Order: sequence, then structure tokens, then C-alpha cells
Amino acid sequence: MSQISPEVEKKLGAAVERMPAFPKSVQKVLELTRNINCLPRELVGVIEKDPVMTVKILKVINSAAFSLPNKMTSINQSVVYLGLNTVKNMALSFAAVGILPRTNAAGFDVQKYLMHSLTVASVARALASHQLAGEVDPGDCYIAGLLHDFGKVVFAQFMPDEFKAALQYCHDQGVPLHVAEAAVIGADHTVVGSMLAERWQFPPTLVACIRNHHEDGAQDGMGDCLRMADQICRYRQFGDAGNPYRVGEAVVAPQRFGANIDAVIESLGDLDKLVAEARSFAQVEAE
Amino acid sequence: MKIRFWGVRGSIASPGPHTARYGGNTTCLEVRSDAGELIIFDAGTGIFPLAQALLKQLPVSANIFITHTHWDHIQGLPFFTPLYIPGNKAKIHGAYDFVSGSGIEQVMNVQLQYSYFPVREAELRAAIEYQTLAIGEAVVVGDATVRNTLLNHPVTNFGYRVECNGKSMFFSGDHEPWTNIYTQEDADYDEYQAMIDVRQAELDAFLQGVDVLVMDCSYTSSEYPSKIGWGHGTFDASLELAYRIGARKLVCTHHEPTRSDEELEKVFADLLTRVPANGPEVVLAREGLEIEW
Repeated sequence: MSQISPEVEKKLGAAVERMPAFPKSVQKVLELTRNINCLPRELVGVIEKDPVMTVKILKVINSAAFSLPNKMTSINQSVVYLGLNTVKNMALSFAAVGILPRTNAAGFDVQKYLMHSLTVASVARALASHQLAGEVDPGDCYIAGLLHDFGKVVFAQFMPDEFKAALQYCHDQGVPLHVAEAAVIGADHTVVGSMLAERWQFPPTLVACIRNHHEDGAQDGMGDCLRMADQICRYRQFGDAGNPYRVGEAVVAPQRFGANIDAVIESLGDLDKLVAEARSFAQVEAE
Repeated sequence: MKIRFWGVRGSIASPGPHTARYGGNTTCLEVRSDAGELIIFDAGTGIFPLAQALLKQLPVSANIFITHTHWDHIQGLPFFTPLYIPGNKAKIHGAYDFVSGSGIEQVMNVQLQYSYFPVREAELRAAIEYQTLAIGEAVVVGDATVRNTLLNHPVTNFGYRVECNGKSMFFSGDHEPWTNIYTQEDADYDEYQAMIDVRQAELDAFLQGVDVLVMDCSYTSSEYPSKIGWGHGTFDASLELAYRIGARKLVCTHHEPTRSDEELEKVFADLLTRVPANGPEVVLAREGLEIEW
């Protein structure tokens, strides 16, 4: 099991505090909050598409200072508890940090990463609604998809040299990126992402989902929706989080969804709208 | 247990002939436990006349609970004269501010800045303590216990329930009943509504059986649609709440600054026609109103 020292974890956690959000959400938050009559649902619609803003808000609402009896998993929940104005002003303060640059020293394209995160989130939600209705919460699957690879963007921002080497290793050796990260950095993005999520007191189910999304074997409904969605988005090349689909990859959750990935995709209906929305938000051109 | 209203106006102090009977000072309530412990809810301009009254009862030991930090609930604090007199004690309680990242200890300091006020916080001679409260944290004040619950306002707002020897009262501070930010056509509508229903059920449970319910009744139902999201309640929503939770008495406060005494009475008379026969006693808050039971 790869590990990361408490010192490095603490350093990364503090660094995320200063991490800027994605360009489109910064621009939309600034635009929407200039209008006193801005519709709350529009603002929520922007914040919940940005992993950085979402992480920061969930961190606040789940903090010990707030002492809520239950852990919170969505921006809507945050609005119900904290009130729209508080969420709005928090989003504004995140927007003021600046804009996450598209390129970084690791050579990791954060906007393609965002496209991947958004499509995984939406496909995971669709899988939950279409195939596991009543078993898992579609909203929880969305947030799991949005945040599952957060460790990668943290690596790219704060350990760029190591992450660059891991991306290269993944490419050269033909191994999955998380295997390359473990070999080069000593810990993969699931370890870092879940450690941070745990440190920020995110709900245990979300922490587990982030930690286990590259584990083999059957998982709970939320875990399977996330892994299946991740595989579908890599297979269809929706965005790019540095881990390419490899021809002949086995379907990750055949017990639940069947062994034919095309049939699973078929069952979800038309994905074009979902993909177009994600592309527009992530500002990634169609390829 | 006893409540006295020192400020009943919302938003901004509104003195003048049109508000002379109900009063123009902003929010401040004095609550006395059976044993006489002093609990003060909010420090609007109404805390100044309360301070004058307290100067005849030195030394003062005040337990101040701030519902939220908007001006009309704090701006009298620097004029709470017992704070300037050695030998007095004040313990100021309130919520954590998620945007500034500060606790209630900033409530005085933000006001006592050189450009805005001539006295510095360090010059206050009373023993002042601050306690930032977690949600639901109980504070024992002599023979009374004060518990808080998170309400809905554009800044963190605690409503407080006081219990004393089986008697109880609740003060909302500012609160707008939760509303759905989605329309029924939106995919998120049902999920959001379910979350709101949970919050309302939690509040109802918190308030169950309270003797005296003091609520933000800023608007009439016809005024409300243009004020959604402003963080204030209506007369009718407060009446429904009071009826539902079995309150004995509902006190309507946080009067609109532009509402004259005559208009307030008209709105109130209209409300009274809708109070159910087995419903609570409903009264309008006014400066000097005392309720003892």
C-alpha cells in the first residue's frame, strides 16, 4: 500500500486552500454575483461544476466548526444549511484567488481533466438513476465523479516534477497512471485524494469511493457507478485525465452492468447533451 | 421568567411620530430567568435604553446572545454602557462566520475602528468574554439554559430557545422559512424540497411546545413575493409555525422600518382574523412590552 507522510499531506492540504478555481466558474461567479437578482439555481449550477470550489465548500460545511450532525455531500445541501448568500460570498472569495492556469510544469492539461471529471460525474449520476434507482443516491455519485481524480490536479499543481515523471512512466511502460504514480511518487492520486477528503471530514462513503476507484472486484453501488463511469469516459475519450483507455480492458463491474461496455453506454441513452455541456464548461474543443 | 422588548424594528432605527407607539429602535430583548439572570438577545439600538436602566442595578452581569451580525442586531453594542464600567461582566455569544473565518469575538472589534468610533476595544473596562457557539451547543446561565438552532438568513443566524424551570421562550432573530430555489420542472426540485422538509421538521422539533415564540414577521404575505431570499419571515408563516408547534403565545417582531403604527395595526388586525380558535395568543412586539409567566 503506497503511503504519503503526514507532513506532505498537511502541506498539500494547505496548498489546496490557495488553489485557484477553473476559468469558466470564476468568470461565471463574478458575472452572476454582480446581479443582485441572480437566480440561486444558476449560481449552484456553476459551483457544482468546479471541483476546486466544490472541495472548498464541502470542506467548510463539514468542518468541526459547523458541527452538523450529518456529513454533507452537495452544493445544494450547502445552500440549504449555510444559506445562498454565504455560499455566494465563499464562491466569490474563491474566485478572487485567480484562475487555475491551463498548463503547468507537469504538462497536465487541467481543462481536459475538468472535462473528464464533469463527464464522469454526469455519467455516474446517469448510471445511478437508470440502473441502480433506489439503491444509490445519484447526487452522491455525481460528487464522487467530480472529485475522484482530485489528487491528480493536486499533484500537477504542487508536485509537478514528480507528476510529470509519473505521466511519462505511464506512457512509456504502458501501465495505468495510478500504478505509475505509486512507482514514481510513492503514492497514487487515490491515496492523496482520499487522505485530503478524510482530513476535510468529507462523508466516509465519499472518501472510500475516492480511495477505491482503481481497486479490482465488485464494490458497493456508488463505487461501481463511479468506476464504470470512469471507464466509459476514458473509452469514449471524454476529456483526458492522463490515464488512456487501453484496448481490451475488461469491464470493471460486469456483475452489475454486464460485460459489454457498448451495451452499458447504450442503456444510458443519448450522452451528447451531457458531453456538450461539460465541453462548454471545461472550455475544451471537440476533437 | 420575564421578557421585555427594548427594540422591535428591523433593518434601521426608525424614530419619529409614525413609529412612536411601537418604537423605532432596532432589535433588543431582555430576558430574565426566575432567579433574575440577565439574558440579552441582540444589541440593536434598543440595547442603549436597556443599558440606561441597568446602570441603576450595578454591578451588571450580562449574558448577551447575538442571533447574527447584521448592523441592526449589533450596532448598539458599543453603546452598552455597562461595558465601560469596571466590575461589570459581559459574556457575548454568537455564531461562527464562514466567510470571514472568524468567531463572534470580531463583533466588537469590527465596530470599534478609529475612523468609525472613538473608543478602542482595549479601553472597555468591564470583564468581557466571547464564546463562539457550535450549532446546538447549550449554554447554562444560572437557572436557565440557552440552546441555539441554525436558521435561514443571508448570514449565519442562530435562533435561541431559553428553558427555565419548565418554562420556555424562543427568539428567531431573522429567519425566512426555507424555499425551493428550483421550479417544479427542474431535475433538482424534488431532492431540494426533501432537504428543506428535513430542515423544517428539525426546526419544528426544536420549537415543540415552547411557551412564547418571538418571530421575525417583517412582511405580509402579499409583500413577500418580491422579497424572496432577503431572509425574513411573514406574519402568516409565523402564525402557521406557532400553531403547528403548539406555542402558547406568538410575538410578532422585526417591524418594517417604513411601516407606521397605523399600518402595523391594520396588518395585525387582518392577521388576527386568521388565528384559529384553538390557536396561540398573538401579540405585536412594541418597545416596553413585558411578558411574565
